[in-house]
Amino acid sequence: MKLPIFLDNHSTTPMDPRVLETMLPYFVEKFGNAASRNHAFGWAAEEAVENARKQIAKLIKADPKEIVFTSGATESDNLAIKGVVEMYKEKGDHIITSSTEHRAVLDTVKVLEGKGKATATYLPVDKFGMVSPEDVRKAITEKTILISVMLANNEIGTINPVKAIGKIAKEKGILFHCDATQGVGKIPVDVQEMGIDLMSFSAHKIYGPKGVGALYVRKKNPRVRITAQMDGGGHERGMRSGTLPVPLIVGFGKACELCEQEMVKDAARLIAMRDRLETSIMKDLEESYLNGHPTNRLPGNLNISFAYVEGESLLMGMKDIALSSGSACTSATLEPSYVLRALGVGTDLAHSSIRFGLGRFNTDDEIDYTIKKVIEIVTKLREMSPLYEMAKEGVDLKSVQWAAH
Amino acid sequence: MAYSDKVIDHFNNPRNMGSFKKDEEGVGTGMVGAPECGDVMKLQIKVQNDTIVDAKFKTFGCGSAIASSSLATEWLKGKTVEEAQKIKNTDIVQELNLPPVKIHCSVLAEDAIKAALADYQKKSDGVLTDAK
Repeated sequence: MKLPIFLDNHSTTPMDPRVLETMLPYFVEKFGNAASRNHAFGWAAEEAVENARKQIAKLIKADPKEIVFTSGATESDNLAIKGVVEMYKEKGDHIITSSTEHRAVLDTVKVLEGKGKATATYLPVDKFGMVSPEDVRKAITEKTILISVMLANNEIGTINPVKAIGKIAKEKGILFHCDATQGVGKIPVDVQEMGIDLMSFSAHKIYGPKGVGALYVRKKNPRVRITAQMDGGGHERGMRSGTLPVPLIVGFGKACELCEQEMVKDAARLIAMRDRLETSIMKDLEESYLNGHPTNRLPGNLNISFAYVEGESLLMGMKDIALSSGSACTSATLEPSYVLRALGVGTDLAHSSIRFGLGRFNTDDEIDYTIKKVIEIVTKLREMSPLYEMAKEGVDLKSVQWAAH
Repeated sequence: MAYSDKVIDHFNNPRNMGSFKKDEEGVGTGMVGAPECGDVMKLQIKVQNDTIVDAKFKTFGCGSAIASSSLATEWLKGKTVEEAQKIKNTDIVQELNLPPVKIHCSVLAEDAIKAALADYQKKSDGVLTDAK
């Protein structure tokens, strides 16, 4: 077993060597511009891009023509939301989204609100982090042009009832955008069955290269139109100009193909490892709390709050394991995770949360090591914690008058 | 975030971690911070003849908060009550090489020192008043 261990697969994933192998010829040998229609270099590049488009479309049950390449999911979210708001401004300006969306969605909506181009409703989530389809229905107004709800959350892994939301959107004739960055490749996605009109996802979360993503844009029932946010040569059916990064796209395609072939096997393996990690840790550590949905969540996700210890110090004590925390100290904003807060997790427990993100290349040995380390460091830091000491003495921490600073 | 070697050393080998009994003679206790803010420090001093003979801490917080309080206990030992009043958060920042985003940890440590000293003084004043 090699250290450090990578258990932060929601942030990014290592590239699958099989993906890299497929990409290599497209850097030096087959370097053509896919938009060059008049020579063999261009044709070879175009063929590779179209093949990748098929592989990607197959994974999400779409038509290859419905795939628009972007630089990643953040750009896809921007393009979908800004593109719809601009295109359908005659129809209305209201967006329905949820409070636990990724910042790429929330900030895009906020910017549009700030500019007076859109109004928005931010739906709450239940204690497991799920959006209620009924809440979506109730939030719809005559001005609603877009519903944007994520497939699976990046912190807690909770999977939303996307199919039910898609059905409501269709019924009301409102476009449905889904940020599926964490879900695609990990759980089955079918844009037809789920009633999705626009969907963002990216390659580097599914063992592909960084720097490439896609926006699925429905072509019929209804035919979705968006205003381009990048003007130029009119690539990607005019929706996203810019020379296509052929090697990245080839890698993206291969990554999708591998996910499609290995999803069932990968998911079963990840769930077994994740469940073992979860039960072993929680059995030995009292007052550790699972964040998110107990069953309806991503195979590789585990998010736990360890009462009386702070997240950043936990990470510091496990330097040879790459993890992430909802603690304020690990964020740029100095605020604890807004996702956990939206679930109703107390600020104190939000500071104490650790996200484990398991992926294709993690091994049982790594999980064993992690279990041992987590129990060790939580125990050590609790010995050091005045809060743990007080709790052990029977002091109700909620009744203490703290001097907030 | 990259930590300085000194922060890592205090975090891995905390000095004077533990507790005194609050009602023990000569003990002053300071508890500052709030769980909602992500850090709580408890700092205790044991004073004999106006000199801090021992100090202990317990901290809930990030690595820099733990290191700041660990360092504070080291500095407090051997100082008179008056000398201890002069410990500034900027001294802690400098010693631990804390980045700007972690300065509040040092402020909290200074507050904890002040609170422990005030608690000790309150208790000893009480003793004196009773004696009168």
